[in-house]
Amino acid sequence: MEILSFFQWLESTRGSVFIRESTLFYPMVETTHVLALALFLGMIAMLDLRLVGLGLRGIPVSEIAGRLLPLALFGFSLMAISGLLLFYSGPVKAANNIFFRVKMVLIALTGLNALLFHFTIYRRVVSWDHSPSPPARAKLAGALSLVLWSGVVICGRLQAYNWFN
Amino acid sequence: MLSGTNWQPLFQWFEATTLGTQVRQSLWLFPVIECVHLLALALLGGALLAVDLRLLGFGLRSQPSARLARQMEPWLAGALGTLIGTGILMFLSEAIKCYFSPPFLYKMSLLAIAILFTFTVRRRVANAEPGRIAPGMVRLTAFVSFALWFGVAFSGRWIAFY
Repeated sequence: MEILSFFQWLESTRGSVFIRESTLFYPMVETTHVLALALFLGMIAMLDLRLVGLGLRGIPVSEIAGRLLPLALFGFSLMAISGLLLFYSGPVKAANNIFFRVKMVLIALTGLNALLFHFTIYRRVVSWDHSPSPPARAKLAGALSLVLWSGVVICGRLQAYNWFN
Repeated sequence: MLSGTNWQPLFQWFEATTLGTQVRQSLWLFPVIECVHLLALALLGGALLAVDLRLLGFGLRSQPSARLARQMEPWLAGALGTLIGTGILMFLSEAIKCYFSPPFLYKMSLLAIAILFTFTVRRRVANAEPGRIAPGMVRLTAFVSFALWFGVAFSGRWIAFY
C-alpha cells in the first residue's frame, strides 16, 4: 500500500503528466527505448552466441567481452533512462501490469546470471579463451542470458496489451 | 504513393487475404508476431553494428573486417528474413492503415535502399583487402549503413503513432 501511494503521488507530478500527455516526447522516449535494444541486446547476443559456441567462434571470448560489453553498457544506459521515463509517465498502470512485474524479475535474474558468470567461470577464461566450444558452465550462462533477455523483450512488448487487468 | 495510379484497391486486397484476416481477428497473434519482430531486430542490430562499428574503428577493432562480416552474414540474413516474414504478416493484418501511414512509406523506401546498400556497397567495402579502400570511404560506408538502418527502425516504430 505504501508503495502504491508513492506511485500515485509520482503519477501526479508535473513531469509525469507532461510525458503522458505530450504528443512528441512520449513517442520519442518509446522509440529510443526500442532502438537502443538493437545496440544493447545486439551486443549482448553476440557475446552469448560466442559463449554457447554458435557465433564468432574464431575470436577470443575475452576480446569480445572487452570490446563489446562497453558498447552494450552504453546501450543499457539508454534503455534504463528511457525505461525509467516511460515508467515515470504511468507508474500505477505499470506496477499493476503482470508483464511489467515479470519483466522486472527477469531483469534481476539476468543481472544475477551475469554476476555469477563473471565471478566464477569467466575468472578462468584464459584456459578456454580460444576454445570454439566453451565449457558447459559458460555455455549455460550464455544460453540463460539469451533466454532471460528474450523474456524481458517479450514481457516489455506484451505490457502494452493489458490482457489481465 | 506513385501518382497516376490508385493503389488503394491493392491494399484492400492485402487486408482481405486469409493470412491478414487471421492475424487481425486473433487476440494474441499480432502481439506474438510483434515479439518475434523485436527479437529479430535485436539480432539484426548486433549483426549490423558489430561490422559497422568495426569499420568506424570501435568494437572488435583487431579483427579483419572481411572475416567479421563473413561471420555475421548468416545472422544478418536470418534476422532480416525473420523481420521481413513477421513484417509481412503484420502488414497484411492492417494494410489499409499502412496505406495511409506516412512512416510506413518512409520505412519501406528506406528498407529497399538499406538492403540494396548492405548487399552491394557495404559488402564490397567490408570484404576489401585492408588498405585498398580509403579510410574515409570505409567510415562513410559504415555511417551510411548505420543511418539507413536507423531510419528503417525509427520510422517502423512510428507506424504505430501515425
